[in-house]
Amino acid sequence: MAYTVSRRALLKGTLLGAGALAVPAALAAACGSSDKSGGGGTVNKSVTFGSNYSDDVPKKAFADTLAAFDQSKGFTTKINTVDHNSFQENITRYLQGNPDDAFNWFAGFRMRFFAAQGLATPIDDVWDSIGANYSDAFKIASTGDDGKKYFVPFYNYPWALFYRKSLWQAKGYQVPKTIDELRTLGATMKADGLSPIGFADKDGWPAMGTFDQLNMRMNGYDFHIQLMAYKHSWTDPKVKAVFDLWKGLMPLHQAGANGRTWQEAAQDLGAKKSGMYLLGSFVSQQFKGADLDDLDFFAFPEVDSTIGTGAVEAPIDGFMVSKKAKNPDGAKEVLKYLATAQAQNTYLKTDPGDVAANTQADASGYNALQKKAAAFIGGAKQISQFLDRDANPTFASTVMIPALQKFINDSSDIDGLLKSIDSQAKSIYTT
Amino acid sequence: MTSSPLTAAAPATSTSPVGGRRRRRLRRFTRRDVGVLAVLLGIPVALDLALIWATTIASIGLSFTSYNGVTAIKWVGWRNYDQIFTIYEPFWRAVRNNLLWLVTLGLIATPLGLFLAYLLDKNIRLTRVYQSVFYMPVVLSLAVVGFIAQLVYSRDHGALNVLLGRADHPTDWLGDPNINIWAVLAAAIWRHTGYVMVLYLAGLKAVDPALKEAAVIDGANERQVFFQVIFPTLRPINIIVLVITVIEALRAFDIVYAINSGRNGLELLSVLVTQNIVGEASRIGFGSAIAVILLTTSTGFVIAYLTQIVREDRS
Repeated sequence: MAYTVSRRALLKGTLLGAGALAVPAALAAACGSSDKSGGGGTVNKSVTFGSNYSDDVPKKAFADTLAAFDQSKGFTTKINTVDHNSFQENITRYLQGNPDDAFNWFAGFRMRFFAAQGLATPIDDVWDSIGANYSDAFKIASTGDDGKKYFVPFYNYPWALFYRKSLWQAKGYQVPKTIDELRTLGATMKADGLSPIGFADKDGWPAMGTFDQLNMRMNGYDFHIQLMAYKHSWTDPKVKAVFDLWKGLMPLHQAGANGRTWQEAAQDLGAKKSGMYLLGSFVSQQFKGADLDDLDFFAFPEVDSTIGTGAVEAPIDGFMVSKKAKNPDGAKEVLKYLATAQAQNTYLKTDPGDVAANTQADASGYNALQKKAAAFIGGAKQISQFLDRDANPTFASTVMIPALQKFINDSSDIDGLLKSIDSQAKSIYTT
Repeated sequence: MTSSPLTAAAPATSTSPVGGRRRRRLRRFTRRDVGVLAVLLGIPVALDLALIWATTIASIGLSFTSYNGVTAIKWVGWRNYDQIFTIYEPFWRAVRNNLLWLVTLGLIATPLGLFLAYLLDKNIRLTRVYQSVFYMPVVLSLAVVGFIAQLVYSRDHGALNVLLGRADHPTDWLGDPNINIWAVLAAAIWRHTGYVMVLYLAGLKAVDPALKEAAVIDGANERQVFFQVIFPTLRPINIIVLVITVIEALRAFDIVYAINSGRNGLELLSVLVTQNIVGEASRIGFGSAIAVILLTTSTGFVIAYLTQIVREDRS
């Protein structure tokens, strides 16, 4: 006769089984959380790091840098890498929830925004020992609204028009110095069957780079920064002029930008399908070997001769210590190390697109592109951080991204677009 | 066999000795059964109340504030709703897309699923192979479907443009906001059809063949047999399919989020909520207002549907 299980026996068994599984889990959780940092004097040598260096090249470079730190100071750092865009999108929840001790972040309004909300630990004590390494521009970029320092700069990188030297030499193109020269060059490139200016805006933020360059060239750095802080209305005729200029240049840009990622556009530049590409120098991460040597850049051409090309967009990437860090002292030690020239050189050996923030960083290890970038940033009259770092992050992500994508699809109704941007900006900035 | 508590308790109808009155209280469950039921029902109900209802009410409350997740909560009344309906740019596109999703799933995917189920119910050769083929997309998560959609629809590197021979003037299936919603809906239909087909196959198996034969003998052609004999018997399945379709349409999120984070023509209300709350924006009050709008829409459908059912049952 077959053995049958009655319903009650089954229910009883399931409950006991579930209970049996739950008990060790509860015990493990209880035991795990009691692992607090050790006694008073010594610094806990285990630090967690939240990193958004998710592309291959920076990920490896950063791992190498922290490995060198671990070896020299006997720490164990654990890097939690999150996809680049996801990290930024989840930052508010991350910092309020269970953040790592230290994390990647960016200078500008974005840094001050989170510092003002009390999500970061002030690190003036770290700056007492590293202050000599940085120029004033970096010191200002690391200060929060309350005058305390919250940020340690690691590297920065300029935005410029990148091109392949071999292609330009073969076709006899010359670097344009003014916007009219750019238009003529674009027409020639189009006739040669190239897309004159590469363009990709699937992620929403790259098109902001074009806006920043055009605005700074047409209206000057001061107007641009004031606009980012919403000191000017977006319906100002000066802003309209920028969009009108962009509309005129749109035929020179690669079509179908809203369906293309910047990595794909960079590959098109490498494949000599487009003549030039406006992006940060991290575009070089998509180039390897001989192609990397072939890469060169020039500043966005001048539009107004009274303004010139002194303003450079060079966002600064760096680190902060979270307010809820379990090991803030350990995190500060890591940051002190990362501020040294040695750490920055280790990183830049593997990620050749960026330039160290430390003034004493050894420039002899730079490749040609980095040397030019360092000189380019060093010679800048003013440095901007990029639209989504200079402006309110809510505004940048919920208003500017859809607005710029709409502009790329249909640049006919600029007045309507600017009115929409302005009314949304008002609702965000004046809360 | 262990004696069931029902049989054990049945004879124990209590006759109260007090005052000679016969109180007939038929106790169907022992105290232990009540305890077990209380625990097994009580825990899910408590979780449901805490995680779903309490949070829903909290969201409705937050939608009237300008909370940003960190600083103090400030009451702003209807301002969030006012801004959403008048100046928030992606909102009406999202409403349009959600409605399109509902109409497409309801008017194209569901009838197509029914049609395929009817065909495959006829016991033709290889019917099981066809069923598996049509059901396969359902097994894929929508995020994976979104990823596949990118490989197929990509402007410069996608399979579809190559197959159509349009390498020189490629169609921007995902980047052009006029056509990308249709490209995505094609993928959603592909998935929803299989799902509905399996439900209807189960329903069709329960149809009494004698009914069909009787109708054929009476001289009905195939169309009349289907619409007047078979379709009415599928009423319980129709109800399930309708509910599932509406849920899927209002719930749509993964596929557009996987393609381009729900922008540029692929906006949906669920994505707008995420962009405002989970993104760098942290406009929790504003995002909650969008969520309440979505909640009201869903509840509206549910109430309309239930009123219809109750009215039909009464008549």
